[in-house]
Amino acid sequence: MRVGLISAIAGSRRGERDRAGTIDEDEELVTRLRAGDEQAFVQLVSRHHAAMLRLASSFVSSPAVAEEVVQDTWLGVLRGIDGFAGRASFRTWLLRILVNRARSTGVREHRSVAIGDAGPVVDRSRFDASGAWMSPPQHWIEDSENRMQAQALAGQIQKTLSELPARQREVVVLRDVDGLTSHEVCEVLEISDANQRVLLHRGRSHLRQALEAEMNRA
Amino acid sequence: MSIFSRNDELVCQEVVELVTDYLEGTLSRSQRRRLEAHLAACEHCSEYLKQMRTTIRLTGRLQAEDLTPAMRDEFTAIYRRWRSEED
Repeated sequence: MRVGLISAIAGSRRGERDRAGTIDEDEELVTRLRAGDEQAFVQLVSRHHAAMLRLASSFVSSPAVAEEVVQDTWLGVLRGIDGFAGRASFRTWLLRILVNRARSTGVREHRSVAIGDAGPVVDRSRFDASGAWMSPPQHWIEDSENRMQAQALAGQIQKTLSELPARQREVVVLRDVDGLTSHEVCEVLEISDANQRVLLHRGRSHLRQALEAEMNRA
Repeated sequence: MSIFSRNDELVCQEVVELVTDYLEGTLSRSQRRRLEAHLAACEHCSEYLKQMRTTIRLTGRLQAEDLTPAMRDEFTAIYRRWRSEED
């Protein structure tokens, strides 16, 4: 995956932004777009482009094809905006179109295995026979706020995300980077709630593990 | 590993598998109570939970690149092309 699409900016708080505000602004832009406002279109693209590209990159093999899928999606939006009923949020609708286009592009087989990997999320060797910690988690949270450290950790997160099974990456990125709700993620990826949680759990656990390893190196 | 198949206390190895369900608020009341009882008594699992929260927070700091001016122009062109097809 093209993790270069995510530029890590330590200290920014995109993940903590006001989600309600985001949805309201989308609604306003959609209304303007329906009225034929070109600028509203460009603003909508701008707001959602990065998330779309990240998601598309999970399905197709090259950045160029991912770009094509995104463009194709926006054409679909322009053609379908008058029929968009607003039952789901605009973003959910948009990302669903994207996932459908990406899948039908079919440049790379999207792994159909729902989970991606199996087994415990923390290596068995870290527990004793009774299941208690033998090699407990080392403390690193305080150090992660250190500016230098924060950059290394951001790099580590990007690298680990790129190495996750595609389904885990999609769920973690949509939830934790793009800020979608679990319900939205299920709608967009057309997966069950239980599946969404398993994928999220495995993905986040991998990330925690990677951060711990990175902090131990430092 | 079957989780919650027994009624006795949770062990750490089970707790790490339940952390996401806990954070998502999808555990049953009794499951949540057992998990919280374990957390209250286990500093390692409490630390583990804190680290998962920190991981989520740090992941949320990754920021997407803004649209470049060239891309802006590209999408403006897409819009105009679509408009001309519509008319």
